Amino acid sequence: MQNESKSGRKIRVLIAKPGLDSHDRGAKVVARALRDAGMEVIYTGLRQTPEQIVEAALQEDVDVIGLSILSGAHMTLFPRIMELLKEKGLTDVLVFAGGIIPEEDVSELKKIGIKEVFGPGTPTEKIIKYVLKNAPKR
Amino acid sequence: MFDHRKIEEITKERERWEKSTLPNWIKQCPERQKEFKNHSGITVKGLYTPEDIKDLDYMRDLGFPGEYPFTRGLHATMYRGRLWTMRMFAGYGTAEDTNKRFKYLLSEGETGLSTAFDYPTIMGYDSDHPMARGEVGVCGVAVSSLRDMEILFDGIPLDRVTTSMTINGPASVLLAMYVAVGDKQGVSREKLGGTTQNDNLKEFFAQKLCIFPPKPSLKLSVDIIEYCARHLPKWNPISISGYHIREAGATAVQELAFTLYDGIAYVEETLKRGLKVDDFAHRLSFFFASHNDFFEEIAKFRAARRLWAKIMKERFHAKNPRSMWMRMHVQTSGCTLTAQQPLNNIVRTTIQALAAVLGGTQSLHTNSFDEALCLPTEESVRVALRTQQIIAYESGVANTVDPLAGSYYVEALTNEMEEKAMEYIQKIDDMGGVIPAIEKGFFQREIADSAYRYQREIEEKKRIIVGVNEYIIEGEEIPIKLLRVNPSVEKKQVERLQKLRRERDNRKVKEALEKLHYTAEKGENLMPTIIEAVKAYATLGEIMDVLRKVYGEYKELIII
Ligand code: B12
Repeated sequence: MQNESKSGRKIRVLIAKPGLDSHDRGAKVVARALRDAGMEVIYTGLRQTPEQIVEAALQEDVDVIGLSILSGAHMTLFPRIMELLKEKGLTDVLVFAGGIIPEEDVSELKKIGIKEVFGPGTPTEKIIKYVLKNAPKR
Repeated sequence: MFDHRKIEEITKERERWEKSTLPNWIKQCPERQKEFKNHSGITVKGLYTPEDIKDLDYMRDLGFPGEYPFTRGLHATMYRGRLWTMRMFAGYGTAEDTNKRFKYLLSEGETGLSTAFDYPTIMGYDSDHPMARGEVGVCGVAVSSLRDMEILFDGIPLDRVTTSMTINGPASVLLAMYVAVGDKQGVSREKLGGTTQNDNLKEFFAQKLCIFPPKPSLKLSVDIIEYCARHLPKWNPISISGYHIREAGATAVQELAFTLYDGIAYVEETLKRGLKVDDFAHRLSFFFASHNDFFEEIAKFRAARRLWAKIMKERFHAKNPRSMWMRMHVQTSGCTLTAQQPLNNIVRTTIQALAAVLGGTQSLHTNSFDEALCLPTEESVRVALRTQQIIAYESGVANTVDPLAGSYYVEALTNEMEEKAMEYIQKIDDMGGVIPAIEKGFFQREIADSAYRYQREIEEKKRIIVGVNEYIIEGEEIPIKLLRVNPSVEKKQVERLQKLRRERDNRKVKEALEKLHYTAEKGENLMPTIIEAVKAYATLGEIMDVLRKVYGEYKELIII
């Protein structure tokens, strides 16, 4: 498996926890699995505003943003994050998500540019494969 | 418990059995796994015999129910006298919505209330705080002021029901509101019964809803313990919680050890207030998870009771047997429940609830089958409550006390859980106690490692989860109706709050908040001042802001 982009740089992933949600078990499991798969993983820690997340993505120059949310506030927070990313010109970053997100919201989220959503019970193996396949080539 | 000549005889017979009988069986039907382990990593043998508990001393290690060391239960008659309290964790939307849910649950036969607050409330923000956007009423009920609390308990007589509140950093504020509602209903404070979770220590490594740094957080917890010891004799000031530790990924042994250690820290800190151990220890309560491994969980509950009794007696020299009681609430394990084939969760919950009952719990919450999808609907929560009622009234397990006592396996495992927990307790003692261990990231690392190991075991199919990594339904469509909180809740709640801010006596509020500031800086017990402030309709956010100014805010120690 290839975990580096063409320039030889490791894939850089930001795992972010937006809003007041403080369920971090899943986010940490995913972060660790991606790291074990050879990626560079930055974890924001809990309770980040959309502004803080986008700022971290910019500062850390990431290829991928993984949003983890189990609080049900995704329909408020995700659109704001996508808007800010656009404002900052971070349009080639792959944004995907996981947590407790009802099926009926997934299609809405895809419309605003969240590329994929992984719910409870997803093997981290599947998440790793997804990133390797879809991370932007730089 | 056994005559040692008898044990020698059994040993000889077992060795013979292992040579003559066992190999043929293994040849015909090899064991399914090379090794069987429980969640704590303890190897489970194929067979347990009296040899495994040969040193068990009935009176020393088990005793009679209602007597030290309480392994067999706190009460002499246990469920023959009174069943456990069926207490369903509930809350969503506005105070009106949750009031309705409370009444529904009571009418369906639940016997105690348990309140889930929304994110802004549990983080100490008002519903109109910028961080509250999109979160109001979504994961619990929104309570920003005494006005909301009055609506929440409208028509519910506080002298006839006990209420548990899952609230930690802002626990003193919510308790103050509850007291104020009681005062309004004319219920004397001696009669007010219930529980504030108020276990701020586990927040730093388990639930993670941290507001203040560890030291002021601990101070706030102890303020409530002290205040209740002096003024609210029937209130459980704290629910020392293993549940969150377990659900964050810990093993059963880690849950047991870390929880009891938190208990030790609260006792030590409360003693510094000049109270005697027997003045408050009888009001401390505990909260555990009941996970999938049936016997491991039962052993854990029994070991927890025995270990706490010993700690109270030997470490803290308690004299009153009630100070040695570990009263516990149990919740079945949410993280074992799956989004896939959600009806299977009813079966899992039944097994876990049965373990809690066989483990001698005082109170129980059973999760609903839609746990991994949304907050419970009326239908799903009713099935969860019915599960308890079926165990209580139909299964016969409540008819005798501690029916698994004397099982070679259960007793051996109870001993082993206790020993392994003691090793951790020793280790934390050596680190200088809970706060240094938190600051070093000890608990956080232990739990994250266990959570990751658990995930790996599932992915490597060392652990089978029906519907998730085996017996999958491809392309499954979720067959149930989901609860969604109406988005108009936020608007309604914010309007109510802003109206309150306009109509209340704002001079009185300002004075109350200034007094709070002063009291907090002086390091006094904050409960009386907070009660005054909520009665003046100061909001939760305003009160917490004063404390944030005095104590500062916690900065997370990030450990993956
Ligand atoms: C464990 C748990 C807790 C623990 C959290 C411990 C911790 N430090 O994380 C405790 C007991 C403290 C807790 C408390 C609360 N909880 Co809780 N909790 C759960 C539970 C049971 C399991 C979550 C979990 O950790 N699963 C194990 C991990 C490995 O799985 P996961 O997080 O789903 O992650 C997987 C995928 O979702 C995905 N994924 C996750 N993140 C990401 C990110 C990316 C980028 C990708 C690609 C994938 C991905 O991949 C992971 C691996 O498969 C869920 C219900 C459930 N069964 O899912 C409720 C649940 C999430 N909790 C809930 C609630 C309401 C709360 C509280 C708000 C209750 C309250 N009012 O007090 C509090 C809030 C506490 C907090 N810290 O925020 C609700 C949320 C309801 C909703 N959204 O509508 C749920 C759904 C339960 C329910 N049905 O009521 N909780």
